[in-house]
Amino acid sequence: MHSRTVAELSAGLAAGDFSSVELTRHCLERIEANTRLNAFITVTADTALETAAHADKLLGQGKAGPLTGIPIAHKDIFCTRDVLTSCGSRILSNFVSPYNATVVQRLSDAGMVLVGKTNMDEFAMGSSNETSWYGNCHNPWDESRVPGGSSGGSASAVAARLVPVATGTDTGGSIRQPAALTGITGLKPTYGRVSRYGMVAFASSLDQGGILAVSSEDVAIVLAAMAGFDPRDSTSVDEPVPDYHAALNTELAGLRIGVPQQFFEEGLEPAVEAAVREALEVYRGMGAQLVEVELPNLALSVPTYYVVAPAEASSNLSRFDGVRFGYRSESAKDLHELYRKSRGEGFGAEVKRRIMTGTYALSAGYYDAYYLKAQKVRRLINDDFRNVFAEVDVVMGPTTPTPAFGIGDKTDDPITMYLNDIYTIAANLAGLPAISIPCGFADELPVGLQIIAGHFAEARLLAIAHSYQRETDWHRRAPAGF
Amino acid sequence: MEWEVVIGLEVHAQLGTQSKIFSAASTEFGAPPNTQACAVDLGYPGVLPVFNGEAARMAIKFGLAVNATIAHRSVFARKNYFYPDLPKGYQISQYELPIVQGGKMDITLEDGTGKTIGITRAHLEEDAGKSLHEDFHGMTGVDLNRAGTPLLEIVSEPDMRSAAEAVAYLKKIRTLVQYLEICDGNMQEGSLRCDANVSVRPAGQQELGTRSELKNLNSFRFIEKAILHEVERQIDVIESGGTVVQETRLYDSDRDETRSMRSKEEANDYRYFPDPDLLPLVLDQDMIDDVRATLPELPAARHQRFVGDFGLSGYDAEVLTSSREMADYFENVVAGVGGEAKLAANWVMGDLSGVLNRENLSISESRIDAEMLAGMLRRVADNTISGKIAKQVFEAMWSGEGDADTIIETRGLKQITDAGAIAGIIDEIIAANPRQLEQYRSGKERLFGFFVGQVMKATDGKANPQQVNELLKKKLS
Repeated sequence: MHSRTVAELSAGLAAGDFSSVELTRHCLERIEANTRLNAFITVTADTALETAAHADKLLGQGKAGPLTGIPIAHKDIFCTRDVLTSCGSRILSNFVSPYNATVVQRLSDAGMVLVGKTNMDEFAMGSSNETSWYGNCHNPWDESRVPGGSSGGSASAVAARLVPVATGTDTGGSIRQPAALTGITGLKPTYGRVSRYGMVAFASSLDQGGILAVSSEDVAIVLAAMAGFDPRDSTSVDEPVPDYHAALNTELAGLRIGVPQQFFEEGLEPAVEAAVREALEVYRGMGAQLVEVELPNLALSVPTYYVVAPAEASSNLSRFDGVRFGYRSESAKDLHELYRKSRGEGFGAEVKRRIMTGTYALSAGYYDAYYLKAQKVRRLINDDFRNVFAEVDVVMGPTTPTPAFGIGDKTDDPITMYLNDIYTIAANLAGLPAISIPCGFADELPVGLQIIAGHFAEARLLAIAHSYQRETDWHRRAPAGF
Repeated sequence: MEWEVVIGLEVHAQLGTQSKIFSAASTEFGAPPNTQACAVDLGYPGVLPVFNGEAARMAIKFGLAVNATIAHRSVFARKNYFYPDLPKGYQISQYELPIVQGGKMDITLEDGTGKTIGITRAHLEEDAGKSLHEDFHGMTGVDLNRAGTPLLEIVSEPDMRSAAEAVAYLKKIRTLVQYLEICDGNMQEGSLRCDANVSVRPAGQQELGTRSELKNLNSFRFIEKAILHEVERQIDVIESGGTVVQETRLYDSDRDETRSMRSKEEANDYRYFPDPDLLPLVLDQDMIDDVRATLPELPAARHQRFVGDFGLSGYDAEVLTSSREMADYFENVVAGVGGEAKLAANWVMGDLSGVLNRENLSISESRIDAEMLAGMLRRVADNTISGKIAKQVFEAMWSGEGDADTIIETRGLKQITDAGAIAGIIDEIIAANPRQLEQYRSGKERLFGFFVGQVMKATDGKANPQQVNELLKKKLS
């Protein structure tokens, strides 16, 4: 049962091959049997089975939708009513949310069964899940390696087939990079496509909720329920949500694929490049045209990101002060100490590093040189993409320069760690939708192909990904033993 | 040496929207602590602000009323600092691009001359909560009901030259926001708050002196006292060889002194940056024109009309337009009487204001409404009662005995205007006082008053005084 996709499970439930309770119990058993992966921070077994029983009732009454009764896991960054929402941090290690994030509510309304909350880098700051207060998460392809991050728990859980689908968030690659490193499909939608309400903010102008699943077809089904304007999020966009599933099989005749030289330069591992080049050949074989394009400012995306994201984070994380909720130091004697100790003890090293970097970038006398300058570069990167999309439909390249690295390999060197996001960050800076799909292996570790499209072109993007997944079966490969 | 005082004011006006500026929680004053704060106001993880467009309409009203430019695009920014009553660790405000830019306000000085005070800007922002340091045994309580209440911060140019000018300007601002119905102007409840930037310089010097910022000025009287006190302090410092340091000072009304809160060096670096959770506030000309069409008659225009159409003195018009309620009340009285503006003005500014002051009521809480007062003044105007009897009627109306006609009827206060009846009474009085008559006729003219008094006494004050005078003169000669 666990090797099936959401689409297949949905058909199975509709046909009565198994019940949602059976399916949910199966997922819960697999989660229980694989706790060594540390993919989950919280498992909501009891409420999951209740929800599943209710879903079975709806299925019996013929009132079910395509997602009714399908288990899902939410990244622990999404506020979930009456459930611990830790954001991977000690400072929220006692925070039970009084409300549901819009994403959580919409998927619940669609009948999905929440089985638990997944592990993540603290406040989504990290590319390996190693900054989590709840410990490392493991890559099911090689448990000595990281699953990527920050949505590491969601990626690990889907790759190990513990759940058919999970939510994630992507600020600089936090859905696509772990999807690539664990051999699954991960979509970061257009900025504004999915509501950010109830998603604990890291960098507000870059954060976007999305989906990790086995196939792009599954992503299409879940995205339809998740996307859309939310009056509670002023940055969500009032654009109609197309029928992504129906659009999957549109013809790709005359597809023009942009291949930026800048995605294939120094630092890219040859085996990764080989897998990606081969995937491009598959597209050429399907009739697509490969066009060399230029993203001249791509190299500036990492430094730009590491000004903008920490600056916004330094302000977003000010609310964690030990006053109204979350961790509060017991030993504080006055207000100043309450702040210093609660935050000093509650935040981990990487979060502190970014708060300090961001505070510096916004300080009087440095604002123009850093934050304002970074915003200007951001516009240049945006312009690069606009020029490219005047010529081609999508841009393709590797999602990451290397496959999954070993736990502990990069923890002492933040810059090398940051460079793991070199190909993914630009899409966040420009607000573009981007997907990572499995396209082969390098040294028996999965490799991801990244596809970036124009704003709100998710339907087209998913159709292009789906056409590849009809031709290949990389996405159906599960790690040994799972 | 002669010193010149330079003052600029920052006025925070709480806008009277139903809900908060970035959430749907109610803004009502006086609810139990923390009952009017939702997850957004509490700064919970994951919540996002959504701008309340009503606050923009109110800010536009103000901007138009002071002839300012309304920005077609303004930007919300975060002002970052830590304080327990600031839930998010930042205040959403406007920084580089405020909604209202450049305006002016005319004030009238004590000697009757006018002066124009420049308004630099007015911007929208959210209020913080309240920290309560009493009643918690050495701890601090935080009430977040006020957090997220919309504020319009109105920043003046440093154009004021005395505490009196500052007070006159603030009174004008208060009257204006009340006229516009965007703020109730209640300084005690903190709906209208004021900080003053005060500096002194040798008379004739162009360059500004170092300023201090006075906070916690929550009444006109305190503003005046705090500024006077601060000016004196700064002059003392300079004259005794010291220099004024730039700092924030808190006014303590119990001790009538200001004391230092923080110096410039200790000031926060607020790390302003555009709030990525909110889109720029974009206002098109149609929307601004719509708001313009809803503007009421403004105090200055009404003042002009009161002088021009009603023939009131400048002073009377000033007093009567000092609040929209008072001006409305006055106009309703005039309409009810059908003219007699001067008579109406005397009663509104005299007896009515007197009793309201005595009982500490606002004009909207008056027990005599405009229609009732007009009813009484109609009887004064048509000579049913005299002005003196009217005072009795007024007191009776105030204590709830009904309208003027009922009181005149039941108390029998109708004026005697029948010349025959008055003449009869006069004859009786003359007959009963032969000695006084003789003395009067032999030149003691001040006894005329004695005869008037006797007649009025005999009629319980109801005889028409003018007729009494005329008839007496005739009969006594």
